Amino acid sequence: MWLCWKNWPLWLVALAVDMLISFFLTLRKYGLKSSITELLDLLKALQQQLIFASTDDFYLLARLCLVKDESQYDKFDRAFAEYFEGVESLDLAALIPDHWLLPGLIRQLSEEDKAKLASLGGLEQLLEQFKQRLKEQQEKHAGGNKWIGTGGSSPFGAYGFHPEGIRVGQQGSGQRRAVKVWDKRDFKDFDQNAELNHRAMQLALRQLRRFARTGQATELDLNGTIKATAQQAGWLDLQFQPERHNAVKVLMFFDIGGSMDDYIHECEQLFAAARTEFKHLEFFYFHNCPYEQVWRTHQRRAADAVSITQLLQTYHSDYKVIFVGDATMGPYEITYPGGSVEHFNPESGEVWLKRLLAHFSNAVWLNPQPQAWWGHYHSIAIMQKLMQNQMYGMTLDGLSGAIRNLSKRH
Amino acid sequence: MIFQSTEHYILSPELALAVNAAVTLEKPLLIKGEPGTGKTRLAEELAASLGTDLINWQIKSTSKAQQGLYEYDAVSRLRDGQLGSERVANISNYIKPGKLWTAFTAAKRPVLLIDEIDKADIEFPNDLLHELDRMSFDVYETGERISAQQRPIVVITSNNEKELPDAFLRRCFFHYIRFPDKDTLTQIVLAHFPTLQADLLTAALEVFFDLRAVDALKKKPSTSELLDWLKLLLAEQIAPSVLQDKQHQGGLMPLYGALLKNEQDVALLEKLAFMARRAGR
Repeated sequence: MWLCWKNWPLWLVALAVDMLISFFLTLRKYGLKSSITELLDLLKALQQQLIFASTDDFYLLARLCLVKDESQYDKFDRAFAEYFEGVESLDLAALIPDHWLLPGLIRQLSEEDKAKLASLGGLEQLLEQFKQRLKEQQEKHAGGNKWIGTGGSSPFGAYGFHPEGIRVGQQGSGQRRAVKVWDKRDFKDFDQNAELNHRAMQLALRQLRRFARTGQATELDLNGTIKATAQQAGWLDLQFQPERHNAVKVLMFFDIGGSMDDYIHECEQLFAAARTEFKHLEFFYFHNCPYEQVWRTHQRRAADAVSITQLLQTYHSDYKVIFVGDATMGPYEITYPGGSVEHFNPESGEVWLKRLLAHFSNAVWLNPQPQAWWGHYHSIAIMQKLMQNQMYGMTLDGLSGAIRNLSKRH
Repeated sequence: MIFQSTEHYILSPELALAVNAAVTLEKPLLIKGEPGTGKTRLAEELAASLGTDLINWQIKSTSKAQQGLYEYDAVSRLRDGQLGSERVANISNYIKPGKLWTAFTAAKRPVLLIDEIDKADIEFPNDLLHELDRMSFDVYETGERISAQQRPIVVITSNNEKELPDAFLRRCFFHYIRFPDKDTLTQIVLAHFPTLQADLLTAALEVFFDLRAVDALKKKPSTSELLDWLKLLLAEQIAPSVLQDKQHQGGLMPLYGALLKNEQDVALLEKLAFMARRAGR
C-alpha cells in the first residue's frame, strides 16, 4: 500500500498526497463537511505512522479524523467505497493530474516515467471526455427546455450552456474549472433555506427565552448587596436572589397521520431537541386540523385525548402556541361541520381553531411544505387567513421569523 | 500501542486506534455511544494504564466554562477586607483553580475527562474552544497566564442530548462506540465474572440479545445493565434452565428489573410474550 511513504521518491509522495486530497474531495462530494484542518490532522496522523499499510486501519484513522458525527458515518462509508474501489483497480500513474507536475517534480521523474505519462495522454483524454459530456448536456437541454429556448435573451452562451463552458475550446488551464461548473453547488450550505438541524433549531428557539427569577435564593444579588451594605454603613450585608430561569411557556400542536407522516419524525426530533431549553413545553397531536379534542401522545388513543375546552381551562393565555402541520387537506375539513375524515365533528375545525386563537393570542403555524407550493393548496390559503398570516416555512428563515413574532408579543 | 485491553477492560481495536491517535497527536477525543458502553470507564482505564492522574470534570446543566479555568471568590475577599485580614492584600489567595488549570499544571501528563459535555448550556463548548486549542488561558485578576506544561490527554464524552458546534468538533477526534458484538461481550463479561459458568453465560447472553433485538424498546439494555443483571443472577443463584424457560413469569426473564428500566418496556415485553404464546398454541 501507498500509505507508508518514508522511503519513497518525492514524486510518489506527491502522488500519495494528491490521492489523499482527491479522497478528501470525494468525501465532500458525498456531503461530508470535513474541513482542511481535519485533512491536515489526518496527514499528521499518517506522518506519525500510527498505522501501517493497511486499508482497514486507514479507514478507521480517516474516519476518526474526518467525521464528527455518527450519523455521517454512512456517507463516509459510501465515499470510501467509491474512492477505494476505484483506486485498487487503477494504475497509479493514470491518476496523475496535471497541476502537480511542477517543473521541479518533473526533474524527479525518470525517462521511463515520462514516457509512461506521455503514452497515457491523460490530459487529452480528460478533455475528450469533457467535450462528450458537454455534448450530452446540450442535447438534453435542447429538448424543449425553456431555459435554453429563450436563446438570445438568456445569460447563457450561444450553445446554451454557461459561458464557463466555452473554455472547452481552449487548451490548458480552463478545463478543470469548466468541468466543475455543472454540478457545482458550492454555496448550498449558506442557503438560508437549508434544512434545519437541532442546533440551528435550539439557537433560534433561544430567542424565545424570557427569564424570570423563581425558586430558592442561591445567587448573590450584587446590586442588592451593595445597597444593603451601604445602608449598614459599610458592614457587609450579603443579599441573595433566586437564579434566573427560562419562564417562557409553550404549547406545541403537531399534525400527524396522512400527509404529515413524511415530516413528522423530523419535526418531533427538532422540538424534542429544544425541550431542554424550556421548562414549560407541552406537546399535543391532532390530525389535519384541530377539532374538539387533541391527543397527548402520537398514538392518539382515546385515553390520551384532551378536549380543547379542558385545554383552554388548564393553560393560561400567556402560553405561546406553535402549530406544526402541512395544512394540506380538503378545504371542507376546515370549514364544514362533519368535515373531519376520521369522525363526525359537530362543529367545524375553523370554529375550534378560532377558539384556540381567541384564547392564545400568541400563536404561529410552522409548515414543512416548501413555501413555493403553498399557492397550490386551497386549504393552506384558508389556514393562512385563519392564522392571520402567521404561517411560516419550516426553514431557518421561517423559524426565526416565527420566533421573532412570538417573542414580540406578550 | 500505548493503550491496550487490560484484564478488566476490553478495548476494541477501533477504539484503541482512536485513543492512541488522540494521545500521539495531542488532540481531544470526543466519545459518543449508547449509555452504558463504557465511555467514562475508558478515561479511567486510560489513566490507570498510563499510571497518571484522572481529572474528572463532571458537566451539569449549570456548568460554565469559566468554572473549569478558575473561580474568583470575591465574596470571601470582601468579607476578609471587612475583618481586616492579612490575606486580603494578595488577590491570588482568592483565585481557586478549576479542573483545566489543575490539568495544565500537573507534574505528569494527566488524563482530563470532560464528562457528558452535552448536559451543559448550548454555548458551553464554544467557550472552551480557545483553551482546548492553545492549552492556555489568562487569569484577568492577577494578569497571570496559565499555559499547559504538557498538553493533557483530553477525553470528552457526550450522550447526544445536544448537538455540538462545528468549530468545536473540528478540534476533536471523534469516535462512536458501537454496541459490542456477541464475542466481545462474552470477553467483557468474562473479564468481570471470570468464574461464570459457560451454560449460564450462553443462556444469559441469548436472552440479552433477544431483548435488544426488540426494536420498539424505549431504552435498550446495555453492557452495564447486563453486568448488573448477571451479578443479580449469580447472587440469587438462578439456574440456566430458568433463563431458557420462555414461560417464566408470563414471558419475562427473571429479575427483569435490572435490564428494563421503563414500565412501558415491561408491558411491551409481556404483550410480545403473550402473542408468542398464543401463536405457539
